[in-house]
Amino acid sequence: MGGGRTHEEKTTYREAMREALREALRSDDRVFLMGEDVGRYGGCFGVSLGLLEEFGPERVRDTPLSESAFVGAGIGAALAGMRPIVEIMTVNFSLLALDQILNNAATLLHMSGGQLPVPLVIRMTTGAGRQLAAQHSHSLEGWYAHIPGIRVLAPATLEDARHMLAPALADPDPVLIFEHGSLYNVSGELRPPSEAMDLDHAAIRRAGTDISLITYGGSLPKALAAADELAAEGIRAEVIDLRALRPLDDAAITASVARTHRAVVIDEAWRTGSLAAEVSARIAEGSFYELDAPVERVCSAEVPIPYARRLEQAALPQTADIVAAAHRAVD
Amino acid sequence: MSPAGTTRAKKAPAPQKTARTAAKKTTTMKKTKSARGPTTRVPAAGPDTAHRMELLEDMLRIRRFEERCVELYSAAKIRGFVHLYIGEEAVAVGVNEALTPEDAVVSTYREHGHALARGITAEAVMAEMYGRTTGCSGGRGGSMHLFDASRRFYGGNAIVAGGLPLAAGLALADHMRGQTHVTCCFFGDGAFAEGEFHETANLAALWKLPLLLICENNLYAMGTALERHEAQTDLAMRATSYGMVAWAVDGMDVEAVERAARQAVEGIRAGTGPHFLELRTYRFRAHSMYDPDRYREKGEIEQWKSRDPISLLTDRMRENRELSDEDVARIEQRITAEVDHAVEAAEQAPEEPVGHLLHHVTSSSARAVG
Repeated sequence: MGGGRTHEEKTTYREAMREALREALRSDDRVFLMGEDVGRYGGCFGVSLGLLEEFGPERVRDTPLSESAFVGAGIGAALAGMRPIVEIMTVNFSLLALDQILNNAATLLHMSGGQLPVPLVIRMTTGAGRQLAAQHSHSLEGWYAHIPGIRVLAPATLEDARHMLAPALADPDPVLIFEHGSLYNVSGELRPPSEAMDLDHAAIRRAGTDISLITYGGSLPKALAAADELAAEGIRAEVIDLRALRPLDDAAITASVARTHRAVVIDEAWRTGSLAAEVSARIAEGSFYELDAPVERVCSAEVPIPYARRLEQAALPQTADIVAAAHRAVD
Repeated sequence: MSPAGTTRAKKAPAPQKTARTAAKKTTTMKKTKSARGPTTRVPAAGPDTAHRMELLEDMLRIRRFEERCVELYSAAKIRGFVHLYIGEEAVAVGVNEALTPEDAVVSTYREHGHALARGITAEAVMAEMYGRTTGCSGGRGGSMHLFDASRRFYGGNAIVAGGLPLAAGLALADHMRGQTHVTCCFFGDGAFAEGEFHETANLAALWKLPLLLICENNLYAMGTALERHEAQTDLAMRATSYGMVAWAVDGMDVEAVERAARQAVEGIRAGTGPHFLELRTYRFRAHSMYDPDRYREKGEIEQWKSRDPISLLTDRMRENRELSDEDVARIEQRITAEVDHAVEAAEQAPEEPVGHLLHHVTSSSARAVG
């Protein structure tokens, strides 16, 4: 499973994802990858570089810039027994395919009375931080997490980048995988998969007893950095990586809050109507009497993400914001 | 379904009555070879007669089924949106003749005709409209979302043009596996204003997908006439611009439809990529049961009714002395019994317990009990 790598060797999130794609294409001839520039270009973030040469243009399929058509084609191919992996360049572009994702992928099984499962994986980048301005930087995965009938994943670690794809492909229903753009260059030692490598459970990335920092995706490194700073002050923060945004692992959230009695939810999406709002509501519903302080939220400012670096950074959740929110809850 | 059908394209239909109404509503009504055919008469009886008899019965089944739907809607047995196909029966029946059970079909929200032509029983469709568990979608879909995986009938899509990308994917899967199946996608003239049509037409032609695009041009996108929603109303011509074979056909003549569909399917199976047929047709009823139909002239409707696809075929058959009053009575009787039985069965069929509400949301919930 480790792709033959030695444990000393470092890999990036991008390479881990590529290795997952390679393994999927090798192990099942029903699997194929399609999307804009996934082939000859190598993927707009370089994830699929080299796969065209290895698997050919039928299975690593460049598409026209027709998000709705190629996502819908992925759904149709899945209905016909294939296991397509569709790549959309960014979550902002996925809005052009929203009809297919919501009205077909998420709905066909139900509308057909259980006759038509859609075993489709859709991957896309999400998030800000690279000065790509207001049409390439948003975090809309929470919108998708609103929809019954699809599974929404946010791999935040090398291990999840490497090992979430196989179970996603094995799922008979549509799975959306959100890859935060700031993670592709994250480098480290890829550990072999642990027993927690499923699609149902959140992961405790750092154990603690004083406060729960609940997050996912691109905000995980910031939450871990905040936990380090808090530790230096003697506050032991527990960091929960949700991993799956739908269905949410309620038990993990409840258990963590039962240990710490305080929670900060960190979500790069806008605060209003966000996934952070959903998590906060569930804590209020399920853990109200465990709480020693109001739930805190650290989200993006309610503004289209600006280009200028200083403004962009000001719009996004930062480690300092997380530390400050934790202080409000603990003090 | 039609043993004699493969030779039909070479045989002669009766001379086509005028399609002037269609020509008026669109800029060009090219009478193509496939739409008109040669004018030699064939003698009565023989396998062709039997085949025409089947076509007639298939169209009548749709007509009588939907007439019953109107009654049941008025009696509040059926609710929701119900879009009637009356007037357009020749399209579903004629196209289906060119398809095999291994081919796939993607349809619209006006799909009772497509479903019945495909062989989904009147009983299963009626039960679906009653919202019963015995319906072809288990009561979860209703009139607009009829499905039957065993017949490769993939719905029942109520987003205009939303079924087109899906159909491209079904065709892609067959194409990638080296199968010669065809995916047939029905959609209306209104789909031409949607990006999904154009995205799919380009993708299918680019990848030479085995896709049969059946545009049911009934001249109205709900209440908006073709010339009020399309700058260029020659739809077949526009389809050719994507690099696919396309032509317009008289959609009121079931035999012309069948000939064209067979010709298109033959081309698709030969590997020449998607084919597009514009079927010039007309719905005799309003858009849906809610529609007061204020946007069409009575005279226009009457003119099209004079080219009723069922009368067109029966007139031709009577002229050829292929059809007697007894034949018609026998077919009508059979269909009445079939529809009666469908209604009775739907009345008796069980409703799904509310405890099953969350079934079929995911595959694991589909298997859940209680």
